[in-house]
Amino acid sequence: MIPTEFDYAAPESLDDALWLLGEGGEETRLLAGGHSLIPLMKLRVVVPTKLVDLRKVPGLDGMQREDGSWRIGAMTVHSELEHHPDLGLLSRAASTIADPQVRHCGTIGGSLAHGDPASDLPAVLLAAGGSVSAQGSGGPRTIEAADLFKDYMTTSVAPDEVITAVHVPALDGYGYGYQKFNRRAEDWAMVAVCALVYARDGVCEDVRVGLTHMASTPLRATAVEEALRGQPLYAGSIAEAAERAADATNPPGDLNATPAYKRHLARVLCQRALTEAAGLS
Amino acid sequence: MTATEAAPNGAALHVGRSLKRKEDPRLITGRARYVDDMTVPGLLHAAIVRSPEAHAMIVSIDSSAALAREDVELVLTGQDMTDLESPLPCAWVPPGTEIANAPHWALARGQVNHVGDPVAIVVGTDRYAVVDAAEEVLVEYESLPVIVDPRAALADGATLVHEDLGSNRVFEFSLGGGDVEAGLAEADVVVQREIVNHRTSGAPIEPRGVIADFRAGSLTIHSSTQVPHFVRLFLALQLGISEERIRAVAPEVGGGFGAKLQFYGEEVLLAYASRRLQRPIKWIETRSEHMQVAHHGRDQIATCRMGARQDGTITAFHVQITADLGAYLMLLTPVIPVLGAFVMGGCYAIPNVRTDITGVFTNKMSTDAIRGAGRPEATHMVEVMIDQLASELGMSPPAIRRKNFIPKESFPAEVATGVVYDSGDYHGSLDKLMGKLDVEAFKREQAELRGRGIYRGIGLSTYTEICGLAPSRIVGPSGLGLQTGLWESAMVRVHISGAVTVYSGASPHGQGLDTSFAQIVADRLGVDPEVVEVIHGDTGTGPQGLGTYGSRSLSVGGEAIARATAKVAEKAKAIVAHELEAAAQDIEVSGDRFSVRGSPDHGMSLAEVAGAAYIPENLPEGMEPGLEETTFYDPENFVFPFGAHAAIVDVDGETGKVAVARYIAVDDCGPAVNPMIIDGQIHGGITHAIGQALYERVHYDDDGQLVTGTFVDYSLPSAAEVPMFETDRTETPSPSNSLGVKGVGEAGTIGASAAVTNAVIDALRPLGVTFMNMPLTPMRVWEAIEEARGGVPA
Ligand SMILES: Cc1cc2nc3c(=O)[nH]c(=O)nc-3n(C[C@H](O)[C@H](O)[C@H](O)COP(=O)(O)OP(=O)(O)OC[C@H]3O[C@@H](n4cnc5c(N)ncnc54)[C@H](O)[C@@H]3O)c2cc1C
Repeated sequence: MIPTEFDYAAPESLDDALWLLGEGGEETRLLAGGHSLIPLMKLRVVVPTKLVDLRKVPGLDGMQREDGSWRIGAMTVHSELEHHPDLGLLSRAASTIADPQVRHCGTIGGSLAHGDPASDLPAVLLAAGGSVSAQGSGGPRTIEAADLFKDYMTTSVAPDEVITAVHVPALDGYGYGYQKFNRRAEDWAMVAVCALVYARDGVCEDVRVGLTHMASTPLRATAVEEALRGQPLYAGSIAEAAERAADATNPPGDLNATPAYKRHLARVLCQRALTEAAGLS
Repeated sequence: MTATEAAPNGAALHVGRSLKRKEDPRLITGRARYVDDMTVPGLLHAAIVRSPEAHAMIVSIDSSAALAREDVELVLTGQDMTDLESPLPCAWVPPGTEIANAPHWALARGQVNHVGDPVAIVVGTDRYAVVDAAEEVLVEYESLPVIVDPRAALADGATLVHEDLGSNRVFEFSLGGGDVEAGLAEADVVVQREIVNHRTSGAPIEPRGVIADFRAGSLTIHSSTQVPHFVRLFLALQLGISEERIRAVAPEVGGGFGAKLQFYGEEVLLAYASRRLQRPIKWIETRSEHMQVAHHGRDQIATCRMGARQDGTITAFHVQITADLGAYLMLLTPVIPVLGAFVMGGCYAIPNVRTDITGVFTNKMSTDAIRGAGRPEATHMVEVMIDQLASELGMSPPAIRRKNFIPKESFPAEVATGVVYDSGDYHGSLDKLMGKLDVEAFKREQAELRGRGIYRGIGLSTYTEICGLAPSRIVGPSGLGLQTGLWESAMVRVHISGAVTVYSGASPHGQGLDTSFAQIVADRLGVDPEVVEVIHGDTGTGPQGLGTYGSRSLSVGGEAIARATAKVAEKAKAIVAHELEAAAQDIEVSGDRFSVRGSPDHGMSLAEVAGAAYIPENLPEGMEPGLEETTFYDPENFVFPFGAHAAIVDVDGETGKVAVARYIAVDDCGPAVNPMIIDGQIHGGITHAIGQALYERVHYDDDGQLVTGTFVDYSLPSAAEVPMFETDRTETPSPSNSLGVKGVGEAGTIGASAAVTNAVIDALRPLGVTFMNMPLTPMRVWEAIEEARGGVPA
């Protein structure tokens, strides 16, 4: 519960942050809200020698609509997402993260960079087809959500890169549903399912389904999407499609949830999320 | 003259009112001082090297790297402390039993027996440095086979925790009355179930902490404990110094729940190292350490058989408990299941009741008292079994209870287990509870929810428990075998200003007793509770006492205070009578003065009385100056609070998740001193039990590794997981003390787990599930539903 000794810097520009990151090597870590990193340091699972705090770096905040998508600064905290009137699914998902204290500290950039498959926002970004802007020694680049999550707590953001912003398609006209299953309100998702549905005349023209904690990374439930896309939207078609929610998943088990139970939950939650997204509940 | 007679003859001004808690401003504004808030010049810090193995021989310990650090002053291992007088104590053994015990040293000697078993202590100049240095102490272990299942531990050829003992069986003990086999033979229906009360943690918000400061031949120890007087006594025995050379202080203590009713090895280690270095040393437990090595509770598996005649009359109840005691016997470890056995008959007139207990060693942390200590387990068994029986007989849960309640007229009632229940009105509390239920609305909502896949159920629990831990005559060395007396002491000092200081041997740590005590004193001396200060938890200022646990501090400690206050009031009356030339028996406390009966203007305030007592120009002939009194109080009997609880739960038929929709509790702890504080204790108690029923579980894997080592995995419920509690009371005075009060700190926990469990089973009956054990986690409920459907959970 007490971390090892480490140095700390709070640079005031992105360039300084990048320089500190490059100079420190592997053992240097960025610090955003600290609500994933600090607990791991206290358990001595992660042992950085230096933390580079992003809180004074300008340009990492704010939320703007740019054409068809939202640009969200990496240091935007969950509570800002939660209380934004126009973010739809992202707002809903953010409102289910832990408790108000965590939501006032944890950031969207930190959550995505951390790559915990039990976190709420990664699957939302994946389902919405978003991306992140990252800046490193090699200059700026864009990483599509589909390329971001590599393995358990492993992302394609390089150790010397900073996520500066997150881009989430606005998906105007889509209905959405979010179903998070946990034992206590403050817990991480045992399983969560997010759904986005675009319907016209009772037919599902587009559907995206994201799965949380059903593998070592967030997943798209492509089998569900394929089963429902182009179909009339009603309880029966949704139920049938949701039956495929656990296809091609590999959920990690623990004391409170075996893989079998998680697969069952994924199907139940998928049906509920789709029903919600289709406006049928 | 008893304290009641000394109370004002008019209505009590303060007792019975929901005064805001005196302790809250300092707690809410962060001004309370816990052990970790304290420092002493020259303070050193300690960290403990703990075993990562559940069972192993210690091959070697290399402390050289740690010792080479500049910031390290001392490293001690078990071999360095062979001059300790004795192993850690087990102070209460069930009477007349042979106990197999293995020495439990503050630091392991040669062998570790559970994860977290302390192997070395590192003392240094910096709190952070000692944690790093502890990692540099290299311990080589040779793993031994591990045994975690208490039933398997009893089998022939099982891995032995303590090889020398030749068995993992610690003791066998039976308590009961009548003839259970004959009673069961007489029954028309016998129900048998295996009931599990799984392992839990006390998990107070403040972990433990110790500062030991040995100087000039005396030791001052600050410890986050419920029992500073025990700490003083046992440290004296361990260190071989006499008791009066030790001052033990429990400063603000952030909850205990039984986990701090213990004498811990860390207390010895800090004192020992401080004596060695002649420097003050601090150790603060981390949450991870607390989950590993603060004693756990429960962990009993019981085979229960309950028999009844067709009309619902219960003829016998037999319980065979296998109690997992962990690796060592700590302060009260073996007696915990015994405490439950006393009330195994619950609120019922069951002629034949017997509890057979087998205590077992395993490679886990010791179990000991956690809130309720034995009585939640027993209540859970009785109350779940009676519902199982009711369903077998086709009776309703309230009807079977009413059929078997000990009637109000029978009190004091000696029950089959040999104890005498002091007072009770079980019909009264159940009737009041049923009046609040609105069964029609329940049925309507149940039907409506069913359409949405939600299964609503209702469960009852009517409990009584045994608390107010005292009667030295009953529990002491020649009674039930506790190696001490169990009374309480109090001193009441009136200052010349008229302010009052009360010194209590109780050691409250969140129960609001500063306020309740002040209310009792204020009424008896005609002062505002604001001017009554309550000092406790310090063997230096309250030399005698036995601490706070077992719901004892109001009925034993409060009564002692009432009696000391009565003595002060007596003296005050004599002074007033003398000053006003009236007869002492005509002086009464009326409002804020001592006055002559019938002429309230003719009187003196307590400050005026104190002035006369401390400037003794005109005291009655022969009277000593001053105004303070001391009492020791040892009651005649325990007290037996009781109540009726109902839980209404909603189970999601697809996911198995349980939500508590309503919780209604009617409790009886005698006349309320402060109703708001009682509600608070009940709220916390119920939450604790909902935690056990639905969320919390200490779990070890087969290798003896603790799986639930943080608050992420050990799921304490929060306010979001519990409903608004609906509480009410009945007030049946106890004849055991003049206040008529019974304990309430554990009552909620004792009553509630069965209500929740019965409610979940009731909810699941339409799905074919007729019985389940805690913890009722979503997955376990889902698995039970699948199994009842005939499907095997894939
Ligand atoms: C009790 C508790 C409960 C929680 N429950 C949930 C929950 O239910 N759902 C959920 O989704 N989350 C939950 N969290 C996690 C919380 O949302 C974290 O705050 C979040 O996941 C990480 O964000 P952060 O800003 O705190 O990142 P930090 O902890 O500061 O950093 C996390 C990692 O990301 C890296 N990093 C941070 N920012 C950047 C950046 N801009 N560019 C590159 N790398 C970066 C850091 O170096 C570090 O490796 C919980 C946390 C706690 C403490």
